[in-house]
Amino acid sequence: MHPVLKTVLQRLGLGVLTLFAVSIIIFSSLQMLPGGYAQNILGQGATPETVKNFNHELGLDRPAYVRYVEWIGNAVQGDFGNSYSGTTGTIKRSVSAIIAPRLYNTFFLAAMAAVVAVPLSLLLGVLAALYRNSWYDRIVNSITLTTIAMPEFFIAYLLMFFFAVKHRWFYSLSTVSESTSFWEHVNRATLPALTMTLVIIAHMMRMTRASIINLLASPYIEMAQLKGVSKSQVILRHALPNAWAPIATVIAFNLAYLVVGVVVVEVVYVYPGIGQMMVDAVSSRDMPVVQACALIFAATYILLNLLADIVSITTNPRLLHPK
Amino acid sequence: MNEFEHKLSMAKKAVGLGKLSRRDFMAFTMASGMTLSASQLMFAQAARAEAKKGGTFKAGIGHGQTTDSLDPATWSNGFTFAFGKSVMGAPLVQVNDKNVAVPHVAESFEPSNGAQKWVFKIRKGITFHDGRSLTADDVVNTINYHIGADSKSPAKSVLSSVTSVKADGPDTVIFELKGGNADFPFLLTDYHLSIYPSKDGKIDFAAGIGAGPYKMKSFEPGVKLVGERNESYFGTTYFDSIEMLSIVDVAARTNAYLAGEVDFIDRADLKTIDMLKGAPNTELYNVSGFAHYTAPMHVDTKPFDNLDARTALKYAINRQELVDKILFGYGSPGNDDPISAAMKYAINPAPVYSYDPDKAKALWKKAGMEGQKVDLSASDAAFAGGVDTALLMAEQAKKAGIEINVIKEPNDSYWDNVWLKKPWCLCYWGGRPVADMFLSVSLAADAAWNDTHWKNPRFNELLLAARAETDETKRAAQYAEAQQLVHDDGGQIVLMYNNFVGALNTTVGHNTFNSDFDHDGGYMYERWWKA
Repeated sequence: MHPVLKTVLQRLGLGVLTLFAVSIIIFSSLQMLPGGYAQNILGQGATPETVKNFNHELGLDRPAYVRYVEWIGNAVQGDFGNSYSGTTGTIKRSVSAIIAPRLYNTFFLAAMAAVVAVPLSLLLGVLAALYRNSWYDRIVNSITLTTIAMPEFFIAYLLMFFFAVKHRWFYSLSTVSESTSFWEHVNRATLPALTMTLVIIAHMMRMTRASIINLLASPYIEMAQLKGVSKSQVILRHALPNAWAPIATVIAFNLAYLVVGVVVVEVVYVYPGIGQMMVDAVSSRDMPVVQACALIFAATYILLNLLADIVSITTNPRLLHPK
Repeated sequence: MNEFEHKLSMAKKAVGLGKLSRRDFMAFTMASGMTLSASQLMFAQAARAEAKKGGTFKAGIGHGQTTDSLDPATWSNGFTFAFGKSVMGAPLVQVNDKNVAVPHVAESFEPSNGAQKWVFKIRKGITFHDGRSLTADDVVNTINYHIGADSKSPAKSVLSSVTSVKADGPDTVIFELKGGNADFPFLLTDYHLSIYPSKDGKIDFAAGIGAGPYKMKSFEPGVKLVGERNESYFGTTYFDSIEMLSIVDVAARTNAYLAGEVDFIDRADLKTIDMLKGAPNTELYNVSGFAHYTAPMHVDTKPFDNLDARTALKYAINRQELVDKILFGYGSPGNDDPISAAMKYAINPAPVYSYDPDKAKALWKKAGMEGQKVDLSASDAAFAGGVDTALLMAEQAKKAGIEINVIKEPNDSYWDNVWLKKPWCLCYWGGRPVADMFLSVSLAADAAWNDTHWKNPRFNELLLAARAETDETKRAAQYAEAQQLVHDDGGQIVLMYNNFVGALNTTVGHNTFNSDFDHDGGYMYERWWKA
């Protein structure tokens, strides 16, 4: 079997196991949280009687393992159940229907940020390696380190203050809905995407720079320099292809972060993404939604890391053609 | 807009509301250098800036969750409560700006049998958003949905005194109560109780169809609700459409307001309120409500079972300082009377509890508590600034030789595991339009929310008597005595009454604000207009 295919299959198998473990951990940790959905929704109005009615209607008066087995059985068949918020009365809101539009929004925002951030950080990183220890290198380093060191919400407020309140170039509210057109969506999501770009750029830029510089001490680079190859060609043709593996890992890590770690940005810009939904679901103990979100997040990590591994293998002939 | 323009626009607005006389307005404008004819013209224009139809109203609301639903039994936050007050829903009774219960879906109501039986005539010709007409059966089914045995609605406890509700013909509904209640119509202003269309005894709320001023155009839980004017609404409303946006983050809400994306925000950040006040075209929405922050003590638990210890703690707290530091002055100090001074039947019981460390020290000693610690459970879930409040209280009490040990409780399960369970904690009471509701919900001996375990026979006697009393003078005397008892003997420390503070664009017109709830009593979507 081709080594790449073998790795992919192995990883996917392990991924499924990981997802299973994640679901057990999430389910049991939610059991340990004090309070419950009924108490949360009813607030001060939670009398023992109303709580009992609520829990009975949601099936929460059954033991935890029964509920878990039932849930996982359905989830395997692609049915994530109904949100508790829709189980009462006649309104049923299936978890998939609630999550789908928000997941789209999250991927939309992540893609927007990635399209800008990944090429930009690679470019900045390569240039920083090329002109290392120059003024350019120092300035880029200090700016990107400053933006990564500042909390996301602070960057978000700064951008909002300058670009939405002082000069009304962009929207401060990123509320989008299904009826929003594509370009309107892009326009509304500009500030959040910019915020996330500023947050992730330093990590990728510095990894690109570091892994290229690491290679510059190797004998084959010295050889290339001795035979008179120009500085930029040395980096682009000889160093970069060998530096892909660590860079790809860092990019994958940051892309995963764009999907799962943006709740603060979502809250500040009121962007209806999945992070906000998961936080709401946890605080209201809406377990079916929490479970589904957790599985999506775990799957995102697994798939992106798999992708990074494939990139490492295919760019490294030693791994591609093992003896 | 400079300061003069700002003042001028406020003056114009006051004229429009009839709060500023022609003479005063002219004195102001002419003092600013305007000619007589110019200012006369301006007064005439301003006086005409009255309620008119049209425009879109966008509100940035500091509540709202992705778990919100259209089921009225689940409404509990500052976003969803408006659904039943003045968006999709129309209740039987509304509270007007003079704090009087006025018929709404009902045409009239009449008590009999010592206010134990209430006959509601339903207004004829009301239609729901989809054209169905509203009947007495819909009213009965709506009420039954909330008070039924398997009901999960918080309104169940509000209406616990209702023994039966029956339709009598197509436009009459009769409520029978356990005991007389002269304030019964007020109970029906509860936001859960807006009337829904029904079929076979079950109400249908899934499509958001009610009889209220706005038809629901779209609803994304935790994001926004868009409403369009219900052209066949039986009441009066002004906006063509409304947008309710859930913006939970306070800085984001403020920025959305400053960037002009919303016309109104609630729950303004009091720390930066001066900047918001100075923003162009802004009117501060500042309403002293009936809501208050409390610190309930279990009067059957040591040391709170000792009246001297309770009184010592009441004197050991500097409430004015709490108002200044926690509410930044947007509130007023409490006097251990849950009835706010602005309410009917309110008294200010003597002696007013003011900060008196010496007296507190003496009483604490008399109670035999010298050198002993008391635990106070606090969390920001009780109210914003709860932990800071508790720490301040501990500092203040230290001067009286009382050591308060502040326990920070988790926000998450505060209402489950702390409130009603810990002997001394912090609590919050929202607005209620009548004295009886405040007194009976938390101080009556059998109340589910009796968070002080205070069971005073005389108080409960007065409460029952006053509830059914229709003679105003007698009733006022009974409520006065009841309040005095709570003040002297009760375990509830009313720390402060908090104001509702928000920001409102001056293009939005309004009348006097209601104060039982935020958002003009929840009626802003119906009662405000774009000037």
